[in-house]
Amino acid sequence: MGVVTVRRVMGIETEYGLLGVGNPAANPMVMSAQLITAYANEGMPGSARARWDYQDEDPLRDARGFRLDRAEADPSLLTDDPQRPAPEGDLHRVTLRRRPGPQPEPATVANVILPNGARYYVDHAHPEYSSPEVTTPRDAVLWDRAGEQVLLRSSRLLAQIAGMPEIALYKNNTDGKGASYGTHENYLVERAVPFEDIVAALTPFLVTRPVICGAGRVGRGQRSEAGGYQLSQRADFIEAEVGLETTLRRPIINTRDEPHAESSRYRRLHVIVGDANQLEVSTYLKVGTTALLLWLLERRGLPMELAALRLADPVRAAQEVSHDLTLTRRLDLEDGRRMTALEIQRTYCEVLTEAVQHAAGGEAAAPDPAAEQTADVLARWADVLTRLGDDPASCAREVEWVAKLRVLEAMRRRDGLGWDAPRLAALDLQWSDLRPERSIYSRLVAADAVERLVSEDEVAAAVLHPPQDTRAYFRGEAVRRYPGAVAAASWDAIIFDIDGAPALQRVPMTDPLRGTRAHVGELLDAHPDPGTLLATLTARPPGPQT
Amino acid sequence: MSPRQFDQRHPHPRPDDDSAPPPAGSGAQARDTEVDSLLEEIDDVLETNAESFVRGFVQKGGQ
Repeated sequence: MGVVTVRRVMGIETEYGLLGVGNPAANPMVMSAQLITAYANEGMPGSARARWDYQDEDPLRDARGFRLDRAEADPSLLTDDPQRPAPEGDLHRVTLRRRPGPQPEPATVANVILPNGARYYVDHAHPEYSSPEVTTPRDAVLWDRAGEQVLLRSSRLLAQIAGMPEIALYKNNTDGKGASYGTHENYLVERAVPFEDIVAALTPFLVTRPVICGAGRVGRGQRSEAGGYQLSQRADFIEAEVGLETTLRRPIINTRDEPHAESSRYRRLHVIVGDANQLEVSTYLKVGTTALLLWLLERRGLPMELAALRLADPVRAAQEVSHDLTLTRRLDLEDGRRMTALEIQRTYCEVLTEAVQHAAGGEAAAPDPAAEQTADVLARWADVLTRLGDDPASCAREVEWVAKLRVLEAMRRRDGLGWDAPRLAALDLQWSDLRPERSIYSRLVAADAVERLVSEDEVAAAVLHPPQDTRAYFRGEAVRRYPGAVAAASWDAIIFDIDGAPALQRVPMTDPLRGTRAHVGELLDAHPDPGTLLATLTARPPGPQT
Repeated sequence: MSPRQFDQRHPHPRPDDDSAPPPAGSGAQARDTEVDSLLEEIDDVLETNAESFVRGFVQKGGQ
């Protein structure tokens, strides 16, 4: 691996909007469980129906170093088992757990681990797909698209079952009536980076990032109180600068700090302000540019030029950026300067381009997909920023808010519509409908009006198979290869239930870059039987991470 | 609709690209023609009763 790289452990979690077809009043929690149950029963034949293991989840841990008292937490934050506040486990050893007594097979499944290493579950009132851990922006795009196929197939399978509803799914972030649901990016970051530097570097970056990757939205204000269009689905729901909560008073920088990895080495940066994207280049630039900025903070610290971009009022600026279709509005900086979102993004792009060139030095460019993508992300970023300045409409193949605005404006022009016309709001919603026959985005794909980065064949393979270069490989392969023997799994452990063994055996996967195909591929091939696999693992510590 | 190869993406060719950088406006006109034909396909899939569809699209809040 070269020194210059977008390579980073990351993943995207998406809560999907859902609607009962012909029955908009149908209960979303029930429908979410129906979708996941249908997929668990019919969508992954041969794979284990392993449940999610909550032992290491701790959503109340705060990156600033303190822990929210459980009694003070909003109930919606308690995504782990409220009865059991995540104990610290042994990081390296296979441990034993008492096997629970025989339990009836549950009628509905709220939580399932997919053979591609993803987690698919009911989160509040939405079905959520948490992608497997990937290491490059392109793989983030690929396994994000795989999630769409998992959701779409769930609704197709469900509709075939007598008495079950037809459910439409939407990859967006708001209903335009006050409700928002998230698309969260997760980045593993070295804990040595001071959290203040992350806040300082990320805040102006995330506030202005929608110019390159916002999904676009019809309506302004949380309840679309004002007509019009804006760059971002999420901006009007941002209400704080820094904070732990994700469901109310949503912050620009979320401090949830469950690294799902060795917490002495890593934190997990949980970015909650981004939009769900249909355009692949938008997702690619979204995670690629963010990963590069984190690389800079880890390698070089916070450069002066970026520290100087501190905004006077970041929350207000987030809305100003999103509401300014001309990209010319100037934001107040704390030092008195006034800069446009494009100028701020250009500063980040220039600083990172220079840092990457400097770090590359005279190093021969070894063929490395991460290094190629680093160069590609920087080139595209600079190119998109230039064209957004000269002629924003020229970015309609790559930048989602531009692509959506283009068809909305055309419809407005043709039909003489004002921004409050229901047809425009319907177009916005249907933009992200997962059903190809109803999706506006699919019309653009069919007309070759948007750029694609991954092929349909690659997406189909990513539904069934995990990334090969993270621990998601071991998780996904275990679920696929040992269907009867995986009792439960989480991001950082798999619990095996081996016939004849006196107890459950928990295999930790503390390091996200272990358990890869290179590490365990041969071992898995050598052990079609899970019993001998576990015997081998326990015979040579530390677990599968050798 | 074959996806572009990952390593062949630069520069970004568009059907309406002129060789010289066009003044803002002329490229935009070509794009308008392209999008107008797209609109006809969009008409075919758009909910016929847009108003009731939009009114019925109510979600619970999430993260």
